[in-house]
Amino acid sequence: MLKRRIIPVELLEAGRLVKTIGFNNARDVGDPVKSSKVYSDQDADELVIMQIDRTHRNIDTLIKVISKIAEHCFVPLTVGGGVTKIEDARRLLEVGADKILINSAAYRDYDLITQIAKSFGSQAVVVSMDVLFENGDLALFSNCGRMKEAISFRSHVAAVLAAGAGELMLQVINRDGMMQGYDLDLLHLTRSISTAPVIAGSGAGNFMHLKEALEAGADAVACGSLFNFGDNNPLRAKAFLKNYGIPLKKV
Amino acid sequence: MTIGVVDIGIGNLGSVRQALYNLGWDAVSVSSRDHFADISHLILPGVGAFAVAMEKLNRADLVQPIQKFALDKRPILGICLGMQLLASQGTEDGINSGLDLIPGIIKPIDASFNLRVPHVGWNEAHHKQKHPLLKNIRDDVDFYFVHSFKFVASNQSDVLAETEYGERFASIVCRDNVVGTQFHPEKSQSNGIRLLENFCSWDGNC
Repeated sequence: MLKRRIIPVELLEAGRLVKTIGFNNARDVGDPVKSSKVYSDQDADELVIMQIDRTHRNIDTLIKVISKIAEHCFVPLTVGGGVTKIEDARRLLEVGADKILINSAAYRDYDLITQIAKSFGSQAVVVSMDVLFENGDLALFSNCGRMKEAISFRSHVAAVLAAGAGELMLQVINRDGMMQGYDLDLLHLTRSISTAPVIAGSGAGNFMHLKEALEAGADAVACGSLFNFGDNNPLRAKAFLKNYGIPLKKV
Repeated sequence: MTIGVVDIGIGNLGSVRQALYNLGWDAVSVSSRDHFADISHLILPGVGAFAVAMEKLNRADLVQPIQKFALDKRPILGICLGMQLLASQGTEDGINSGLDLIPGIIKPIDASFNLRVPHVGWNEAHHKQKHPLLKNIRDDVDFYFVHSFKFVASNQSDVLAETEYGERFASIVCRDNVVGTQFHPEKSQSNGIRLLENFCSWDGNC
């Protein structure tokens, strides 16, 4: 049986690990290489590493950090933030990334998803979507939450899946860094229209939030603040979740 | 003891080499038939399609040297597609001969179980036999898989571990001094690293 996954999310700004609230207010929380090693040793099932620089976003910086992380972490790495062409994906995979995260580029170029899926397999493309709720209405945003996209959520999900996306990741701008729980309605909606696995993101503040999302059908839960700030780690999260019969990796 | 890793652009070598390095082995690249004399163990990583990989092995003139390496009783480990290349035959993009070191055929994962293909993620390996490769690795622990095809071994005695995904398939195969893992040990944290260490310390005898 395939296992559900606990995925620490690491945001990078100028090569440093940061954590945001509502996609703003980035605070430095350390060295990504050291953190990745610690998460890997704490039996995290995968790491998501995202570059969020709004100016001077440089794929070379990301490649440098990932190659260092891959020297110490023997766990699947999902990497993105600034991938705009197949060459970027190839270089990241070469230095040790296992999956490429596509977000902003997906709105401009569905073909990029297809190219990566054809060259490296659909499992190598994860499409991440940033959602903002405005008066109860759901809108998609690109460029780290700065640009509102016209396409509807349902249409975008259908398009990226048709293009070959192997997995979807959800981020909710209103919930980022709030530690108030995942958006379970959005998760249900996405599960109902996606054949691909779904990673729930944004909002984890305690282990009960992880349980709620996993029971609502998330294939994986992504956690930022939960592990950055609390005295929490993937080992403890799993010990908690095991009590509820959630299938997790045996080590 | 020198570990060789086949390096002809059919697999991601970085993580495998780095894992070996952390264990104390500085692996050498194997890309031509001259490279086989000095190595004691051979690792065949692989990502991509069977037919393309076999064509590249043929073009690099590595098929016979690998087969001879196996005949010399030196240990070989195939990883993911590299494990599938050990079989007699592949059926991805037409029928193609494999390295024919472990009798078997590579077939697509049966989609009739309503499962997502590729099979990606952490899944359990159920041990079927005792083997030096599995020393200090507990039964049923999870490894990291990414594949759309599976190894159907001709002889059940060549199956070292099985994994369930709709049906049971061979997740580790072994025959004499040749072993193969469908999963990626280099991405499977401590249990995967232990398996790599077991391989590098193995003399090829079961």
